[in-house]
Amino acid sequence: MTALALRHDGPGTVPVPGPRRRLIGLVVALVVLLLLLVLSVMIGSTAIAPSVVWDALFHPSADIDQFAIRDYRLPRTVAGLVVGAALGVSGALIQALTRNPLADPGILGLHAGASFAVTVAVGLLGVRDIGGYMWFAFAGALIVTLMVLALGATRQGQSPVVMVLAGVCIGAVLRGAGSALELTNPAAFDVMRAWNAGSIVARPLDLVWPIVPFLVVGLVLAVVVSGSLNAMALGDDLAAAQGVRLTRTRVLAIIALTLLAGGATAIAGPIGFVGLMVPHVARWIVGPNQRWIFAYSVLLAPILLLASDILGRVVMHPSEIPVGIVTAFVGAPVLIVLVRRKKASRL
Amino acid sequence: MLVLRHGRIAVRLEWRSVVVCAVLALAAAGVAVLALMTGSYQLGPGQVVSALTGGETGLVHDIVVEWRLPRVAAALVFGAALGVSGAVFQSILRNPLADPGIIGFSQGSYTGALIVILVVNGTYWQLVGGALVGGMATALAVYLLAHRRGVQGFRLIIVGIGVSAMLDSLNTWLILKAELEQAMAAAAWGAGSLNGVSWDRVVIGGACIAVFLLMAAMLSRPMRQMELGDDAAASQGVRVSPVRLGLIAVGVALTATVTAASGPIAFISLLAPQIARRLARTAGITLAPAALVGALLCLAADYIAQHIAPTPLPVGIITVMLGGGYLGRLLFTEARRRL
Repeated sequence: MTALALRHDGPGTVPVPGPRRRLIGLVVALVVLLLLLVLSVMIGSTAIAPSVVWDALFHPSADIDQFAIRDYRLPRTVAGLVVGAALGVSGALIQALTRNPLADPGILGLHAGASFAVTVAVGLLGVRDIGGYMWFAFAGALIVTLMVLALGATRQGQSPVVMVLAGVCIGAVLRGAGSALELTNPAAFDVMRAWNAGSIVARPLDLVWPIVPFLVVGLVLAVVVSGSLNAMALGDDLAAAQGVRLTRTRVLAIIALTLLAGGATAIAGPIGFVGLMVPHVARWIVGPNQRWIFAYSVLLAPILLLASDILGRVVMHPSEIPVGIVTAFVGAPVLIVLVRRKKASRL
Repeated sequence: MLVLRHGRIAVRLEWRSVVVCAVLALAAAGVAVLALMTGSYQLGPGQVVSALTGGETGLVHDIVVEWRLPRVAAALVFGAALGVSGAVFQSILRNPLADPGIIGFSQGSYTGALIVILVVNGTYWQLVGGALVGGMATALAVYLLAHRRGVQGFRLIIVGIGVSAMLDSLNTWLILKAELEQAMAAAAWGAGSLNGVSWDRVVIGGACIAVFLLMAAMLSRPMRQMELGDDAAASQGVRVSPVRLGLIAVGVALTATVTAASGPIAFISLLAPQIARRLARTAGITLAPAALVGALLCLAADYIAQHIAPTPLPVGIITVMLGGGYLGRLLFTEARRRL
């Protein structure tokens, strides 16, 4: 971006830690994430010692524990890492774009689009495995976002308010049509009740890899627009006066967030609360600079997702709770505590 | 202005409102006759009218009065209740998008119903009880969690979102763990359905709703005064706090009765007052047109839901789609005008 990227560290009323402490925080988050990655591979229906984990990765043999790690826990952990990071950054993007600290990527109708596409694939086209309907989910998310972009076009360019309203309405219509389809088709209902819960179980690595390039493009685009988003936080007029091209920035940001959230939803199904809460907490720690918010979100979101996933394996042992259900139970109390604080953080 | 006088009691009515109400009532009656005619055994309008006035016996009488009429009556009564409930909430919260769902009521009653259906495997009346307890407990929890030296609108909405999200997850989990057939039955209830209503359910639900509607009508005058602001209403002699509490209680009770009887039927309580206001061109929220629009919407949506697919769908699916579409149009025109 241009040199116009503002280094605004808040309006002065909220104390924001300096770059040094923010960097230390980032390193701490990185360490916690690495720790959780290891724990996620170790903990499960049987606990596996770290040494076996090490051997499984670097000295493979036909041991049953090694098999469990390579075929189940490692893919699951990778999926958690990738999905978490994508959800975190996409949440930060939608919150910056709408200047609404409680916006969630799902607000643009993305989850409803993905869900409807999967229902059609399963119910009408007879697709039965995740490798097949994953791409329907991605396409559904993309198509709905394109519709929202088209409907959100006003004379003055893209309006975030109209886009959000369009997302809510399209979401409602698609949800109704989706449940009509499900309730008349038991096979589709059975697949959808599992898919809608949001899970990272049974996503083999060769299903996750094809999505990763899309996520990388989304991440790069997010970094590219971060400077303009910082300027736009001060208001459209001020940003335009500084040479920010508003429509271009908004369209790029929407493309980035669709690739990220759409990709994450394709892999894991609709997972709520991560995209809403993590950027909110990140902003609370580092202040309003989007670059720092992105950096923290990319680490904090997989932390929340992996921790929730591990919790879901342990709480009702030996049965497991899908991660999408756990995130709401971890996230909602935090949100309620946040909003009960004296000053709820604003963008 | 139309003034009706009977002794000391006088009622003043806007001419436009009276005409709109009459037209809405006629339209609802028309759809009702259509709904009574249509089905796997087709009847003519003459047969329906004579069955209703007691002129038919045997099969035609049974089909119209025993089989189809309970459902039509339920749609009308429940729709009216939802319309009034929405009107009350939008008036006291002074927010055109307010509805009882904000306080997590629907999700909570769904949780209660799911527990009765899937865990206890209970009867219809246990289901009603479970839905009521679940909904009320959730509303109370949200209110208390949002309470911090008074309840502020923004905080109430956020706490409502949080609690609803947790209950949504719990509901997903319960559905996921259940047997497929039971889960589908529960999901149909959760979408809001009038399938299987019988006269005893309509009569009991309708009696409760009638009482609550009467209470709402009694509170409607202070409610209109409070739309001008608490201070203005207080200076005209309205006791603001008790009236507001009473209105909230009536609004929740109306939605609770409908939800308990038929599952959460989405969007009617949000849409009916909006449409009514546009039709009657009143400044504030008026209850009678909202009730009639609610009844007409619910009946029409149920008619569509019954006949659009080979198997009857829950009415809530149609109201969600109609609601999304109408809301979209409404919000678009307003948002574009402002931009």
